Amino acid sequence: MATVYSDPSSVIYREVDNAIEVPGKRAPLVLGGRDFAAVTEVVTDVNLKPAPIGWYIGFGISFLLFLLYVTCVFLLLTTGVGVWGNNQPVAWAFDIINFVFWVGIGHAGTLISAILYLFRQNWRTGINRFAEAMTIFAVVCAGLYPALHVGRVWLAYWLFPIPNQMAMWPQARSPLWWDVFAVSTYATVSLLFWYVGMIPDLATLRDKSKARLAQIAYGIASLGWTGSSRHWQRFERAYLLLAALATPLVLSVHSVVSFDFATSQLPGWHTTILPPYFVAGAIFGGFAMVLVLAIPAREWFGQKDIITMRHLDNCAKIMLATGMIVSYAYCMELFIAYYSGVHYEQSLFKFRALGGPYAWSFWAMMFCNAIVPQVLWVRKWRLNPWILFLVANIANIGMWWERFVIIVTSLNRDFLPGSWGLYWPTPVEIGMFIGSFGLFFTLFLLFCRFLPIVAMAEVKSIMPEAHVHHDEPHKQTYDHRRSDYNPDEVQKH
Amino acid sequence: MKNMAEKYTSKYVFPKTANLVLPLLVLLVIGAGTYVPVVVGLGASPENTDVGYQPVQPVPYSHALHVGQLGLDCTYCHTTVDKAAFAAIPPTQTCMNCHTNVRTESPKLAPVRESWQSGKPIEWVKVHDLPDYSYFNHSAHVNKGVSCVSCHGRVDHMGEEGVYQAKNLSMGWCLDCHRNPEQALRPKDQVTNLGWTPDQLKLAEPGTESFQILQEMNLAPNEEITQSKLGEFLKKKYGIRDHHFMTSCSTCHR
Repeated sequence: MATVYSDPSSVIYREVDNAIEVPGKRAPLVLGGRDFAAVTEVVTDVNLKPAPIGWYIGFGISFLLFLLYVTCVFLLLTTGVGVWGNNQPVAWAFDIINFVFWVGIGHAGTLISAILYLFRQNWRTGINRFAEAMTIFAVVCAGLYPALHVGRVWLAYWLFPIPNQMAMWPQARSPLWWDVFAVSTYATVSLLFWYVGMIPDLATLRDKSKARLAQIAYGIASLGWTGSSRHWQRFERAYLLLAALATPLVLSVHSVVSFDFATSQLPGWHTTILPPYFVAGAIFGGFAMVLVLAIPAREWFGQKDIITMRHLDNCAKIMLATGMIVSYAYCMELFIAYYSGVHYEQSLFKFRALGGPYAWSFWAMMFCNAIVPQVLWVRKWRLNPWILFLVANIANIGMWWERFVIIVTSLNRDFLPGSWGLYWPTPVEIGMFIGSFGLFFTLFLLFCRFLPIVAMAEVKSIMPEAHVHHDEPHKQTYDHRRSDYNPDEVQKH
Repeated sequence: MKNMAEKYTSKYVFPKTANLVLPLLVLLVIGAGTYVPVVVGLGASPENTDVGYQPVQPVPYSHALHVGQLGLDCTYCHTTVDKAAFAAIPPTQTCMNCHTNVRTESPKLAPVRESWQSGKPIEWVKVHDLPDYSYFNHSAHVNKGVSCVSCHGRVDHMGEEGVYQAKNLSMGWCLDCHRNPEQALRPKDQVTNLGWTPDQLKLAEPGTESFQILQEMNLAPNEEITQSKLGEFLKKKYGIRDHHFMTSCSTCHR
């Protein structure tokens, strides 16, 4: 149960379950009787107080895994892509599985920051900052895979339309090239959105930090923010514009990723359901990752009053909804294979689900993504962080298996039985996959240590204190003591 | 004192002059955004890195004298251009066909006579050197009406200083022609005539290939012969493949 204790000496000390819906009344999104100053304090304490020992342990482990990643990449570059296990007929394997896996995870961040912002979903403010950070770090992990799998990494700039003496131009008819733009646009807009949203909070850190170096670093990063109303007005406008820019990206990026498969003529890939199915899967996996990060983070960094059970509950509901869409897509793929009457499609799905060499992976995916999330129907389980954490982890594993199923089972059984073949990952591939988590968590833990993990300014804007006149709609709501804006005076002159 | 007090009581981290950083940064980005592409574009362009390469040759052989003034045909020395991928560099014996009688004492020819006596070939320095991963065949070009001048420039004007690289030989330059071959085609009997222009076709003597082409083109009495008209005609006559084949990767990278 979402029981929150604040300082017992506080007047408003009480237990609140904010996951309950009371008609006509907004559920509080910040608990523990915290006011504006207390919100600032609880968030900036993470950055300004010495890091707990747990942070050092976590960072150490992540960094070791990151070194594993670097080692594997070194082996890959010095030896060649032969250190990976993918070869005909399974020419795409861990490289593309992990690319799609990581890109998918990013989607929850964009959905929370852009779409939920445009829909005025106030609860997004508690989790948007670190969900956006998650997006960017996931895109970093994702983007490295296609860059590395081209083989000659030093020629990866050929992916971009740079005029050159070879008169070579990327093939605009190839969905792989659309991917280059989809992912790089996504990375750029996400980074901008994340950074612009962070500017007022960086200024808060600049003002609160005592160390000279921190003041200078946060000072540069906050771009001279003073909090004047002109700054706020421009900030709000820029943020809204960026949200509008980022909104189509939520749908477009993973649609384009799915085109890598859907526009080919391989049974198992050549289906029109792939774009919506990929987008739903990405949001499902992304929210699972948000929960995997949020549940321990709110505990360890003392953010339970800001990332409340209501936030987790909402994420769980989105996971349940998108998980159902994904399950529907799995079943629809099977049905269409049967209903189409296409011999190759039918046999491919027969191999995929029953009797093929990787049929077990299909059922692993079904179990993780279609069956396990059904526990989220039960409110009591949804409000239990332990169960939620477990389900979210299983969903992440399931989403990885989904990409494995799509890529490996479709490729390993070709049209001709003569060219059938099996695929197993090599130690370098496995090392790179584990290592990519090291990269992700290294970046994420650095973010937690040095940047504001909660959007303080936005959280304050959705607290009741920000709407003191909310219940008195007929009174004039401006304050005569404020000098910067007084519409009556403007009219008089 | 006032400054000191301001320094320690100011609520700002940076001095007021820091406000100048942003406009300077914008200027820097705009400036660098123009300067860097221009410098890299010009500096890395093969037009500037490769064109004009003129190594010192062991013998001050003048194409201007032998080809330009005396009228030797290219194929007199480079015998394999129409038969093989590689254009042969003449052996010393070819030089000595004449130089046993002509200019036998010339000091410039000392290395040639030395080679003639010792049997050790002259080590000419290769000027037009394509990368090993590109497959170039001289005969495929010469036999389809692409002149020497298209790639080597006016060799008949290059003197004792040696042959220099006249064209940039980049892939983009190759593709220029592979995409529009008609701009470089001429009658096969004029391939080694470096100064030839399309209007000279009308001067063709009966019995030559040029004359036959002139007949086949069936021009109006006063119609001008342009390169594009002739090129289009020869493209069909010589069976030049379409641009899909001509620009396919494996046409040149095998």
